Amino acid sequence: MGNIVLNKVSKSFGATTIIPEIDLEIEDGEFVVFVGPSGCGKSTLLRLIAGLEDTSSGKINIDGRDVTGEAPAKRRLAMVFQSYALYPHMTVYKNIAFPLKMAGEDAAVIDRKVKDAARVLNLTNYLERRPGQLSGGQRQRVAIGRAIVRQPSAFLFDEPLSNLDAALRGTMRLEISELHHQLKTTMIYVTHDQVEAMTMADKIVVLNAGNIEQVGSPMELYKTPKNLFVAGFIGSPKMNLINGTAAAKHGATTIGVRPEHLGISTTAGEWKATVGVAEHLGSDTFLHVHADDVGPLTVRADGEIGVHHGETIFLTPSPPKIHRFGTDGRAM
Amino acid sequence: MARAVSTNRKIGFTVAAWVVALLIFFPILYTIITSFKSETEAIAGFSLIPSGTLESYAEVQAQSNYFKFFLNSVIIAVGSTILALVVAVPAAWSMAFSPTKRTKDILMWMLSTKMMPAVAVLVPIYLIFRDTNLLDTRIGLTVMLMLINLPIVVWMLYTYFREIPGEILEAARMDGATLWGEIVYVLTPMAVPGIASTMLLNIILAWNEAFWTIRLTTTNAAPLTAFIASFSSPQGLFWAKLSAASTLAIAPILIMGWFSQRQLVRGLTFGAVK
Repeated sequence: MGNIVLNKVSKSFGATTIIPEIDLEIEDGEFVVFVGPSGCGKSTLLRLIAGLEDTSSGKINIDGRDVTGEAPAKRRLAMVFQSYALYPHMTVYKNIAFPLKMAGEDAAVIDRKVKDAARVLNLTNYLERRPGQLSGGQRQRVAIGRAIVRQPSAFLFDEPLSNLDAALRGTMRLEISELHHQLKTTMIYVTHDQVEAMTMADKIVVLNAGNIEQVGSPMELYKTPKNLFVAGFIGSPKMNLINGTAAAKHGATTIGVRPEHLGISTTAGEWKATVGVAEHLGSDTFLHVHADDVGPLTVRADGEIGVHHGETIFLTPSPPKIHRFGTDGRAM
Repeated sequence: MARAVSTNRKIGFTVAAWVVALLIFFPILYTIITSFKSETEAIAGFSLIPSGTLESYAEVQAQSNYFKFFLNSVIIAVGSTILALVVAVPAAWSMAFSPTKRTKDILMWMLSTKMMPAVAVLVPIYLIFRDTNLLDTRIGLTVMLMLINLPIVVWMLYTYFREIPGEILEAARMDGATLWGEIVYVLTPMAVPGIASTMLLNIILAWNEAFWTIRLTTTNAAPLTAFIASFSSPQGLFWAKLSAASTLAIAPILIMGWFSQRQLVRGLTFGAVK
């Protein structure tokens, strides 16, 4: 089990409100990602669920039990920290065994569970090493191992991959997703990287200044962003947001068109544009153009496209893919 | 070329370091040399070559019981250090891990008490000691030395504890550790080097403390500092005997310092280089 319900939960530090009242339900077995820019309150929200911070108001229920005032250890949650937070004076074996030891488990049970976890995480050959002798990826695995041996109701991940290099981040992303499929346990994952959110989540919670802007599956957020913030935050490269007469023509204050939804022609189209920088990535080419009366736009084109700096092209947004936003920034 | 310059520089620094070290160590060295001279030799003038006589040591031991003073020094230095740690560990702990708006002010205030001249509170302290029957007692001196070194102990421990990442303690909490489990299995093993350095430094400070030990003791609780002072008598200064007494007084701490120098240097420079 791992059903988590937040009911009117808020958090303030003195006069500063970090999280205004929010409601959120996380179902058992879901992989939920909290995503948002730095300082949006996503880590604070995770720490409130973990019990590392006290709520200012509201209730937190885990599996139908009110845990609002309970100590972190009693919530049956496991957490993987950004800095790994491994115990530097203990070997990998002892690090992974620590939560079991604290739970008063039998030595034989501890040994079996630690070795099982080590096998799953490819750490068997490193059990006698100390964290200082491991690479970043291995440390991360130890932190995950320490979390899984407890068989918690839910796993909490606080930006666990941000200290790794890009290649390792990709590998670990897959490993964590695979682990979720294997364990089928609720996972709450905090990140500022929307690519991580899109690729890993069953459900994404987009946060901005402590408020939940939208909750939904990755494709829901991608296809139907509720407001300008979500539209601009989800998707890579970012959605083109256009104001002025070009938007008014479509009956909106702002229109949004994703870079992949702009048709390119060298002869005719809705907007005439001059190519600035063309980024050739092999499979795709990102064109950074300046369109007359519209402004700067990013266009996702075929990798083979033969367009160069300074050339004139014509762009036409695909009508069903145009997102329209009103004066209040909400989707129309 | 660059390599040659850097080698010259290295030699220059090494020579300068030796000169400074010798200058600092010279008074101690000359004390040791003088302790192996006779009184006549000692007042004869500057000389680095002693006759090697042990008569001063024999006279010092005959005149007063060295081991009694030594024992007092050990009890007072070690006792005040343990007492200081008992008080300072929780204090530094709470300031490092649950700081409030006033934490920095409290730390500065504690340190500022070390800037006050000790003589300013001599009379009130003396009167308190007299009225509570603590004059010339080991317990009185232990408490006194604990109090005067407490700001330094708290500061050192605070600096050490600040280096322990808060996330590790939070991880322990998430892993089901109680406060006791957190202290025993996570915090203490990580802080042991810091606590050991602090202990060593405090023992040295307490061992060398002379102002209060001389003024608050007479015979029963007098440590080695009072032992040295007793050889500066109204009958005159006996340089060789004074030097022998000084050598005997500093020898234990010098030996301890020599063996624990790595730990001490680490303790004193901790947090200084980022």
